[in-house]
Order: sequence, then structure tokens, then C-alpha cells
Amino acid sequence: MDKVDPTPPPAPLTRKQHWHKTRAMTGWLLLLWLMTGFCVAFFARELTGLSVFGWPLSFYLAAQGASLVYLAILGFYAWRMRRLDLAASPASPAATKEPRP
Amino acid sequence: MKESGTFFRRLSRYYLLFTLGFVGFLISLSVLEQEGMPRVWIGYLFMFATIVLYATLGVLSRTSNVLEYYVAGRRVPAMFNGMATAADWISAASFISLAGGLYLHGFDGLAYIMGWTGGYCLVALLIAPYLRKFSQYTIPDFLAMRYGGASDDNRGGRAVRILAVIATIIVSFTYVVAQIYAVGLIASRFTGVDFSVGIFLGLASILVCSFLGGMRAITWTQVAQYIIILVAFLMPAIWLSAKHSDNPIPQVAYGKLLPHLSAREAVLQEDPKEAEVRAIFRQRADDYQLRLNTLPSSWETGRLQMQRKLDDVKLRNASLLEIRNAERALIAYPKDADEAARVWSDARTQNLARAQPITPHATPYPGDAVTSDIKRNNFMALVFCLMLGTAALPHILMRSYTTPSVHDTRVSVFWALFFILLIYLTIPALAVLVKYDIYSALVGTDFAHLPNWVSYWSNVDKINPLFSISDINRDGVVQLAEISIDADVLVLATPEIAGLPYVVSGLVAAGGLAAALSTADGLLLAISNALSHDIYYKIVDRTASTQKRVTISKLLLLGVAFIAAYAASTKPGDIISLVGAAFSLAGSAMFPALVLGVFWKRANYQGAVAGMIAGFSVCLYYMLHTNPILGGSAAGQWFHIAPISAGIFGVPAGLLTMVAVSLMTPAPGRETAALVDYIRAAEKTDP
Repeated sequence: MDKVDPTPPPAPLTRKQHWHKTRAMTGWLLLLWLMTGFCVAFFARELTGLSVFGWPLSFYLAAQGASLVYLAILGFYAWRMRRLDLAASPASPAATKEPRP
Repeated sequence: MKESGTFFRRLSRYYLLFTLGFVGFLISLSVLEQEGMPRVWIGYLFMFATIVLYATLGVLSRTSNVLEYYVAGRRVPAMFNGMATAADWISAASFISLAGGLYLHGFDGLAYIMGWTGGYCLVALLIAPYLRKFSQYTIPDFLAMRYGGASDDNRGGRAVRILAVIATIIVSFTYVVAQIYAVGLIASRFTGVDFSVGIFLGLASILVCSFLGGMRAITWTQVAQYIIILVAFLMPAIWLSAKHSDNPIPQVAYGKLLPHLSAREAVLQEDPKEAEVRAIFRQRADDYQLRLNTLPSSWETGRLQMQRKLDDVKLRNASLLEIRNAERALIAYPKDADEAARVWSDARTQNLARAQPITPHATPYPGDAVTSDIKRNNFMALVFCLMLGTAALPHILMRSYTTPSVHDTRVSVFWALFFILLIYLTIPALAVLVKYDIYSALVGTDFAHLPNWVSYWSNVDKINPLFSISDINRDGVVQLAEISIDADVLVLATPEIAGLPYVVSGLVAAGGLAAALSTADGLLLAISNALSHDIYYKIVDRTASTQKRVTISKLLLLGVAFIAAYAASTKPGDIISLVGAAFSLAGSAMFPALVLGVFWKRANYQGAVAGMIAGFSVCLYYMLHTNPILGGSAAGQWFHIAPISAGIFGVPAGLLTMVAVSLMTPAPGRETAALVDYIRAAEKTDP
């Protein structure tokens, strides 16, 4: 990072803040995970009538859609946690960017 | 940072070269096939080339350093760790049987795809990063330290450790026997060697690899195995996809094909010839029912008839073949009324199953309202159990110890799911493509002009035919109801169904072998590490030198491998069918203790011990109570949930017991709180 930031870096996250943010994010992502699995399985019969690119929607979601959502959850989690970890470590250049909750 | 960058580049270069070499090997083999090399030689070449390759990688990465042996030196880059996890994960069942299962069960089989991918969310969000932060060697290590305090040799820590080891061994052992069984099966199919010889050939390559180099060797071998699995699985699927839909990307193309398949199903369902064949099966089932109702007199008369027929053919000097057949029928006849009852009710069930109307492939939970709801509930229960089981399988969790940092562990789980999805998104596509091929090309063919692969695969196993086709209604034309396919044959036969050269069949067999071997490697290591590290080092002899620990570990690995191979060589059909149950057991026993260990400071060792025992017992009880193989009966089911999903009761039971007992007993000490704070805290990042 050779760019010089004029504003002084904000204080790094405390342990407690870091954990609370981690826990909140884990909770939201788990909720998304649960809803994806539950909705796809529970409403499968209702979704059969709709179709995407030839697939009946319920079949597509169970065969590909749900798994791709899971992959997205993992990618998002790894990316955000990296940001959170950097924000919690002192004197790190990335800590200058305030992560949104 | 810079060092790890060059390491990553060097690895990428090696594996790129390996992939090119492998493609070169394939091309030269297909040229040789054109030149007329016999098929059996191609089978041999594939088998031996891949086994030698894995052994070489094992020899190259041999080690007796504890850190290298148990956790590959904690320096496997995230992407390669993900690849190795994917190879660890894709077992013989995923590679060989899953597509066949989807072929047979349609939408309802997709529970496996959802469950086995969704589990990785739990691994990444709840367990893996915290295990990596904890930085020890095995899963029981974590549980013992968390519930036993810093000096994890006290009573609590020891009890939790032993329970975790028992769960690890029960779960991994059933799983590894199934893998070795698959190795024997593939090796004997494609090279013609005896089944048990096949097992020991496979075993040799597993041993050279994990025995010499532990985690380090199996990691680098698994990356190579993943590449082979990927090529072997995608090639026939791409070919079939291009053939049927002019689009070589099967994951995209089969959407177009699915409505055609459904239309074809509707036509076949209304076809009078199909109805005729189904009626014949129903008639046969009714006949068996009649005989069952009139036991034991029906057994007596049946035997007399057989005997009379034999005398008859002998008397009128019929051909030798006829006499032989009559003799054989008499020998195969049930020995007493009890055996007759068993054999005939099996036959009745089989005939009834074949009399069923076609299961529509894309329709979720087909059937009337009540059946449909039961199917939906079972689907959801199965998805739930597979997810929680995935997040508690020791050989997968063990992989989170091997990356350089916590961040790398998170990224590595992402890569693992990515590489798994490359295969798992193809599996439903392959099932649809093959189904379409069979429904449109094979059905309606003349019996005189059956393709070659039909006779080949019908003759592979005479006792339990993997593929059978017979002219039930004697009209000389193949009806769908006359075909019976075993789930295990579909992927192995796909290259021939698609009309690909035999090289591709060999490649698919090599892929199946790689899938089974890579999973077996990881499982054996999980078992032997639990025994050597957790039992021997942590409980029996705390003063053992590092050299001694690795040596003991290697010896135990050898012992476990031979026991597993022996178990597999007895062809235990019962164990194989119980593999799915391993997920429920793993989830019930370990999942609550693992997750509450990180997310609930109040959880103590009394709670953990009670929860692990309660979860495991409830799960086991339900299986014993409802699984016919284990002596239960379907009548004992709660809410019509199948025994494979026993975890749906086991996990909540374990969780509730753990919470209740923890709250009733004193809170854990300050050391435990400090440990939990430590594993939750952000890792020190080096800029």
C-alpha cells in the first residue's frame, strides 16, 4: 500500500466488538443457509409450475441453485471475515477502511 | 508471504505438468487402442499406471516429522487444500453410485446433492476456522482441551477424548470398509483379477502413500487424484451432452433436455405394451403372495412338482441341457418352508417394485397427498442429517488444521465446495442425459439388435445382475419396464452407452478408483491418528518421543488398514448399506459438542459427555429399532422417518441434553473461558 491516507486510522476493533460482529454475521448467514435449504425442499411442489431455462424451478433449485447459494455464502464469509480480522489487528493498512456492520 | 507465493507457484507448475502428462497418457492410449491393443491391456495399464503414480507421490513425500505427518506441516495453500478436501470428500459412493441413485429416484435423490454441499456452510461458519486457530492435531484434541481445561489429562477431558475417539472410529470404519470394497470391485471388473486380489492391490497403494508420509503424502496424492476424478467424470458427460443437445456444457445443457425427458416419460407411461409388462410383474407378485399364504403346503407341492419335472425330462430322454436346468431349479428351490417364506417374499417385493408406474424424473415427491408429504418430510430430514453429518466427519474437519492461517482455512473450505460442485453439478446432468439416452434409444429396440454394452454389463455379475433386460411379454421389442438397472453400474457403463472408445471406460474406472482410494487414505489416517495421538500419546504414554509417536501411528495405520481390507474382502453387504447411517451417527455424537464448544462458554464437560452419549444412543436406538438389516422394522418409525435420517432425532437429543446437563452442573473454569476467547479472537495478520 503506497497510497498515503491523510486521516488518522480509527482504533482497531476490540476483541469484544470483533466477536460480536463475527457472531452477528455468522447468524445472518446461517439464517440464509437454513432458509435456502428449507424453502427449496418444503415448497418444491409449489414451485414445479415455474420454469427457468427449461428446468422446472424446483428441480433447478435442488440440483444447482441451492448449492450455488451455499458456495456464495462461503465466499462472502471468507471475504468479510478477512476484512473483520484486518480491522481488529492494530497498525494494519486495511484497518483504515471502516467495515460496515 | 513471498515464500508461500513461490511455493504456490511451484505447486501449480507441478500439477499443471502432471495434468498435461495425464492427458498425453490418455491420447497415447487411445492411439494404441486404434492400433488394436486388446481391451484388457488398457484396463491393466490404467490400473497400474495410476497405482504406481500414487505410490511414487507417497514415496516422494515420505516423512517422520510429527508436524508433517499429522498436519502436512500446516503449509498447504488454500486452493490445494480445497482440492485435497474435495478428493477426500468425493468417495466411491459419490463417484459411482450417486448418479445412478438420481437416475432411479429422480427429484427425491437430490437430497444428497443438497445435503452434501450445504454441510460445508456449517463446516466453514461454525467449526473449521476455530479448529485452525486452536492449532492442534486431531478433533478429539479440540474437544478434550475445550472440555477438560488446559491440563487436558483430568477426568473430564479424558472422558470427552475417549468418547470422541470412539465416535471417530465407528463412523470412519464403516466408511472405509465401503471404500475398500469399491476398490476391489473396480479393480476386479476392469482387470479381471480376483476380488480379494483387487482389494490388496488397492491397499498396497493406500499404504505406500499414507504409511510413508501421513497427511503430507496423502494431501499431495489427493490433489493428483482430484484431477483424475474431474477429468474422468466430466469427459463422458460432456460427450453425451454434445450428442443430445449440441451444447458441450452438461450442467447447462440438460435443462433443455429435461422437458423432452418428461414428455417421453408421459408417452411411455401411457404405452399399452408397457402396461402389459407391468401387469405381468404384478401377476407374478400375486402368485408369490398366493404361495406365501398357503405355506407350508405350497412349499411341499412346489418341491414335488420340481421333482416330477426332473423325473419327467429324464424319462423322456430330453437333451442334457434340459436335464441340467431341471436339476439346477431343484437345487435352487428353498430348503424348507422358512427359507421359502423369505425367498418368496423378497421375490414378491421385487416383482411389485417392477410393476410400479414410471417415477417422473422432475416431479418432487410423486404420489398421493399422504405419500407425498411423507416423502417431503423424509427429504428434509435426510438433507438435515447429511449436512450435520458432513460438519462432524473427522477426516474432513482434520483438513482445517493443514493450512497456513485461519484466513486460508476459510478460503480453503470455499475452494473445497467449488471443486466438489464441479462434480456435483454434473451428477444430476449425467443422470438426465443417460436416462434420456436409454428412454429414447434403448427402449423400442429390437431384442435381436441390442447394443454390445447391454450384453457385457448383463454378464458382469451373474448372481446380483447389475443390468438385466429380458423380453417379459415376448414381443421382441424392449420395453422400459423390462430393463432393470443397478445404481452402481450407471457411471461405469456411461462411456459405452455414449459410444465412446474403451479408453474412456478405463479412465472412468481409474477415476472411480481414485475417488475410493483418496477417501480411504483420509479415513485411515483419521482412525490411526485417533488411536495413536489421542489414545496412545495423550492417555497411555505422555512421555513418548516424537519419533516413537510417528512410528506407533504408522504401525496402527497398517493394522487398521488390514482389518478394514479383511472386513471388505468378506463382501459385507450390510456394512455397505449402512454407510449413509454414518452421517447421522457422526452428527448426533459430535456436532453439538463441537459447535457449543465454540459458541457457548457455559458448556462444560459434564454436558459434553452427557450430550455425546445421549445423541449417539438416541440415533443408534432409532436405527436398531427401524432398520430391517439391524433387526428392526419399519413399523417402529416415528413420523415415518426412514432409519438413515436417525440424526433428526439424535442431534436435538444430544443438543438438549448437553444444554440441560451443562446448566445443572458448575460452569467451566477460567482456563476454558480463556481458551474460548482465544479461538474466537481475530488472528494476528502479518501485513
